[in-house]
Amino acid sequence: MDRLSVSLPGLSLKNPIMPASGCFGFGREYSQFYDLSELGSIMIKATTPHPRAGNPVPRVAETSSGMLNAIGLQNPGLEKVIETELPWLEQFDLPIIANIAGSEAEDYIKVAEKISAAKNVAALELNISCPNVKEGGIAFGTDPETARNLTAKVKEVSQVPVYVKLSPNVTSITEMAKACEEGGADGLTMINTLVGMRLDHKTGKPVIANKTGGLSGPAIKPVALRMVYEVSQQTTLPIIAMGGISSAWDVIDFISAGASAAAVGTANFVNPFVCQEIIQELPSILDELGADHILDLRGRSWMRHGEAAGHRA
Amino acid sequence: MIREQMKVLGNKKLAHQIYEMTLSGELVSLIRTPGQFVHIRTSSGNDPLLRRPISISSYNQEENTMTVIYRASGLGTKQMAESPYDTIDVLGPLGSGYQVNEDVKGKSMLLIGGGIGVPPLYELSKQLVEKGASVTHVLGFESARVVFYEKEFSELGQTLIATADGSHGCKGFVTNVIEQQGLIHADAFYACGPVPMLAAVEEQLAHIPGFVSMEQRMGCGVGACLACVCEVKDPDVPYKKVCTDGPVFRKGELIYG
Repeated sequence: MDRLSVSLPGLSLKNPIMPASGCFGFGREYSQFYDLSELGSIMIKATTPHPRAGNPVPRVAETSSGMLNAIGLQNPGLEKVIETELPWLEQFDLPIIANIAGSEAEDYIKVAEKISAAKNVAALELNISCPNVKEGGIAFGTDPETARNLTAKVKEVSQVPVYVKLSPNVTSITEMAKACEEGGADGLTMINTLVGMRLDHKTGKPVIANKTGGLSGPAIKPVALRMVYEVSQQTTLPIIAMGGISSAWDVIDFISAGASAAAVGTANFVNPFVCQEIIQELPSILDELGADHILDLRGRSWMRHGEAAGHRA
Repeated sequence: MIREQMKVLGNKKLAHQIYEMTLSGELVSLIRTPGQFVHIRTSSGNDPLLRRPISISSYNQEENTMTVIYRASGLGTKQMAESPYDTIDVLGPLGSGYQVNEDVKGKSMLLIGGGIGVPPLYELSKQLVEKGASVTHVLGFESARVVFYEKEFSELGQTLIATADGSHGCKGFVTNVIEQQGLIHADAFYACGPVPMLAAVEEQLAHIPGFVSMEQRMGCGVGACLACVCEVKDPDVPYKKVCTDGPVFRKGELIYG
């Protein structure tokens, strides 16, 4: 399995595959299907200082090759996560990435300080890109100055490396990535969902109670891939990629685009075994591509010096 | 709970847009209560992307067979109705259903179903009758052309049909039938159907114990994604998950929005 091991700031991963935040809860449900120690990591559900009830229902709607969701950061709150969920996860041989969220900067700082001290939390994922809450979330992720400041503040208090989760709902994601790098981020995770909408044919009204929701699933993979391709060449930060990944070949695409690891979101709902299956399938794909190690494929898509766009030597 | 390519033994049309699929596999041995459901993947591609939650209408654990009854109205259920599958990708059994204890013996139970909420009541009724309860069914449908299982339910106990347009049985809603027939004095009720029906039934039968089965748009079906929550009266737990805490809840537990 050495061919899949990846070292990133704070994270010594036996393989670069992990479920994405919000799509796997705190692991309990999926532990009924397979041994979670097989995973590289788990990005746990966003945690806020206090319990959050989330948005009214309906919270999801299907779209072509994808789904919209507006869960609204429902979570049991910092105290319960630290006292119950994280200790439960200690039974698995896993570095945990804790996704943290809040309505204001102080919320992020409070959660970062406490949760980064937990035994099995190896890194934080700063959620400045949730499109489904009125305050906080994406408000921090669409202005470079705000994102830089928040990253710096969280870095000050965190005992573990900080990855910033970027929103695709911006004009220039590269600018956002650079701002986070300046703020001291140790890595990036990208992308969060794209804001979208679906209307009821008969009434003409939005299907989701929140009116808009975040689009995920295979439909957004091309967008995510393009963004990883651009950002990976403009910053030195390692990237954990997500956005429509549902197969081992999708993972290879994102590594080729410049990512160092990959997270699987919506696909878990379709196939609860998807992460396990991807991990099992990757070695044979490396054989097929003649690669010794998965990261040998990193950045294959990048343009080399002297190579004109659209032409390959 | 497992994921299994279950064998499709049959897929027959019961009424307008209503189909009954018979499946066999190991999954059946894991079913605990009537009212549980399965999550079916209808396409091997991306449209629709998600699985379809469908309640189990009957099961036979000696033969490892079960039936699901569904309405082919959306993309996924139409795929189920039209495709000549030999096997189908099923995740389940999911959720917690209706508890049927020994103490139902000799009691008169009222089973109330609306539209595509009728199917899980069939297995429930069979088990109640087996344990010595007497059952009365009040089943509501839009119109005569979507009525199904009237004969099957009649074999288990009195069965009254209501249709919104009066084309079969009584004209009106299940609550009209319950009132006209003096059925409010049952020992307990079990209901499954659209939310307005559940709310009306709970109000009408507030004086007896009851259980309701909820419906909600679902994501994962296993309790992780928090899409299918419903509001509950307990202030300490503002939401419960339909897929794992339910779909069956006690009367009085839910807030109907």
